Amino acid sequence: MDALFLQILNGLDKGGAYALIALGLTLVFGTLGVVNFAHGALFMLGAFCAVSVQRILSISYEQISETEKDFLGNPLKEQIPYLEGWLGADVSNWLQDYSVPISILVAIVFMSIVGIVMERGLIKHFYKRPHADQILVTFGLAIVLAEIVKHYYGANPIPQSAPDVVAGAANVGSWFGLGDGIVYPWWRLVYFVFSLCVISVVFAFLNFTTFGMVVRAGMQDRETVGLMGINIQKRFTIVFGVAAAVAGIAGAMYTPILPPDYHMGMDFLVLSFVVVVVGGMGSLGGAVLAGFLLGMVQSFAAMNEIKSIFPGIDQIIIYLVAIVILLTLPRGLLGRKGVMED
Amino acid sequence: MSERKDITRRRVIKGGAAAAAAAGATPYFFTRAFADGHGYLNAPKGDTVTFGFNVPQTGPYADEGADELRAYELAVEHINAGGGGMLDTFSSKALTGGINGKTVKYVTGDTQTKSDAARASAKRMIENDGAIMITGGSSSGVAVAVQSLCQEAGVIFMAGLTHSNDTTGKDKRANGFRHFFNTEMTGAALAPVLKNQFGTDRTAYHLTADYNWGWSQEGSIQKYTEGLGWNTAAAVRTPLGAGDFSQYITPVLNSGADVLVLNHYGKDMVNSLTQAVQFGLRDKQVNGKDFGIVVPLYSRLMAQGAGENVKGIYGSTNWHWSLQDEGSKAFVKSFGTKYGFPPSQAAHTTYCQAILYADACQRAGTFKPSEVGKALEGFKFDGLGNGPTEYRAEDHQCFKDVLVVKGKENPSSKFDVLEVVEVTPRAQVEYDASLLGGELGPYNNG
Repeated sequence: MDALFLQILNGLDKGGAYALIALGLTLVFGTLGVVNFAHGALFMLGAFCAVSVQRILSISYEQISETEKDFLGNPLKEQIPYLEGWLGADVSNWLQDYSVPISILVAIVFMSIVGIVMERGLIKHFYKRPHADQILVTFGLAIVLAEIVKHYYGANPIPQSAPDVVAGAANVGSWFGLGDGIVYPWWRLVYFVFSLCVISVVFAFLNFTTFGMVVRAGMQDRETVGLMGINIQKRFTIVFGVAAAVAGIAGAMYTPILPPDYHMGMDFLVLSFVVVVVGGMGSLGGAVLAGFLLGMVQSFAAMNEIKSIFPGIDQIIIYLVAIVILLTLPRGLLGRKGVMED
Repeated sequence: MSERKDITRRRVIKGGAAAAAAAGATPYFFTRAFADGHGYLNAPKGDTVTFGFNVPQTGPYADEGADELRAYELAVEHINAGGGGMLDTFSSKALTGGINGKTVKYVTGDTQTKSDAARASAKRMIENDGAIMITGGSSSGVAVAVQSLCQEAGVIFMAGLTHSNDTTGKDKRANGFRHFFNTEMTGAALAPVLKNQFGTDRTAYHLTADYNWGWSQEGSIQKYTEGLGWNTAAAVRTPLGAGDFSQYITPVLNSGADVLVLNHYGKDMVNSLTQAVQFGLRDKQVNGKDFGIVVPLYSRLMAQGAGENVKGIYGSTNWHWSLQDEGSKAFVKSFGTKYGFPPSQAAHTTYCQAILYADACQRAGTFKPSEVGKALEGFKFDGLGNGPTEYRAEDHQCFKDVLVVKGKENPSSKFDVLEVVEVTPRAQVEYDASLLGGELGPYNNG
């Protein structure tokens, strides 16, 4: 029972992350009709927003230590953060402790700009080109972005810490009357709640605002909306920025779970496409549903009881489920007729 | 009575096709060596000799590869100068400036940590650049693949960072030599420390990277811990580069295991260890005992990636910059002065390999692989940071002390993440050469 509970929790946690990553991807496809293979790179850039914020908050000046030596036996050059001098040690430490949540604000602004620049500078030239061209150019862009990040940050993962207040594991078993032995990392619970909040905000934005109504109308029939005097292209550009921001904050918040490196975008790319395809191309609800479904399936497939019957099933289960769903529901779980069927 | 064979058009075509196929199949190296007339491939002409440094310059181990390349450049500098760094503390004094009167130059290749790319770059350096020896790498899969290519080609391969038993076990080759230790030695070195730390009544749970090196390490650790009296609750294979290991860690929580063994390296190690700590395993109590985590193969570069999560976690390493013997101090000083930070174990092993190869050529008085190999076989040396060491003739594996390390509780700098808790003597990690199987076979001179 305890094991099942933990796997369910793990499935929900994974599902939240998958849904969040796939959300931006399907948003871009649903509005602009662009297959964006650089979406994983946007997730990675968001993660490096967190790294950058942490580094900026740690910018230091050197002070020669009178007592400590470095590895060569020379007097140690101690690094003293400028913030410590300006704001005091307590505030400086607090800011560094909360660098990941702070980076969310930075990621929203920075990634929105990246998204808009990307759409205006590159993607718009490929709207009327075949999907194969879009895939090639966005995949190339993803490689370029990854190499730029590697050049400046190196190839190794860079650890990021969650704030002390949510470090460690929560005793979730006691919350549900299952005993004290069931624990789950606080930050993963935070990420799960965070992903639900972001998904809800994006849905509310699209369903309960005038802007969202226009975008949804544009998704249905771009030309008719244009004939009504609405600059739908401008709104789609903003949607691309929103999708980039969603990918970015998903990446920034993920850094305490997975120390970011330049390749993490590629690692998530295939998975997020599977989620989008299983959910139904362009369907936001489908992406969320598929995210949770695949997260849950992946979690249970890793149980020893399952692996002892089907060795290696954990490594292929997502693709098996995708095949079964696409065979029975060719448009995915909530796919609409006419999308990618021309 | 002889049977008469008519020369028919069909026979001519068949014969021609067979000759063409044979010519095509004959290795380029083979014909080249004979064409050179030196009796071995890529015999140096003029006053230079070329080394081929085959390291990961892109891909997940690029930082490790960059450190290897730095060490090689330093080694070449010291070989050509006839002194500096560990060359000054090395017990053999054969090298006095260059090798056999020739200056060393080098070419580089990018393994990308992919076997096919590594073989292609090694082949290019041998065929196009005239490399007399190939060295480097940061993966056992790559090492085995490149070693096999060098054997076919007829050049010496001085392996870089490769820890699988197979490199000098079932896949060993006469032309290949390994300075780095292996999983068998890790198991032998770690077991007594684990016994002292955790006792003999323990249940281990293995998470293992699902490829050659992971299986090798899982087997060795399981063999030695079960020898202590430990039980193995489960040995679960995880895909290479899984990223999120949470679905593999949650079953550990209720498995009854009280020790988690992470047979992961590189990014997988950083991720699985970070996540295991986040799941509270380091602070957990099971069966009335403190839960333990073991990372059998540590890399300081990777340990930096795991940050504070390595604190108190045991593992083993081939070498560490904090060692206080004269060789290590000389190496850290020369490397640190040139580059501004201490060398990694990858840098150390590759530096040693370049020096050892150069010294063997000098002692042999030639670059001919079979003669250089014989000069390395059974060679006993000291002063290269690991204490008295021997290149065992039977399997071309170096035998030396093994370091057991622990994540440092109070690091003084970002480089100071590991502390040496025990130097396991060579005698304790040595095993019979027949244990790991394989055949060296004859040398190939090209």
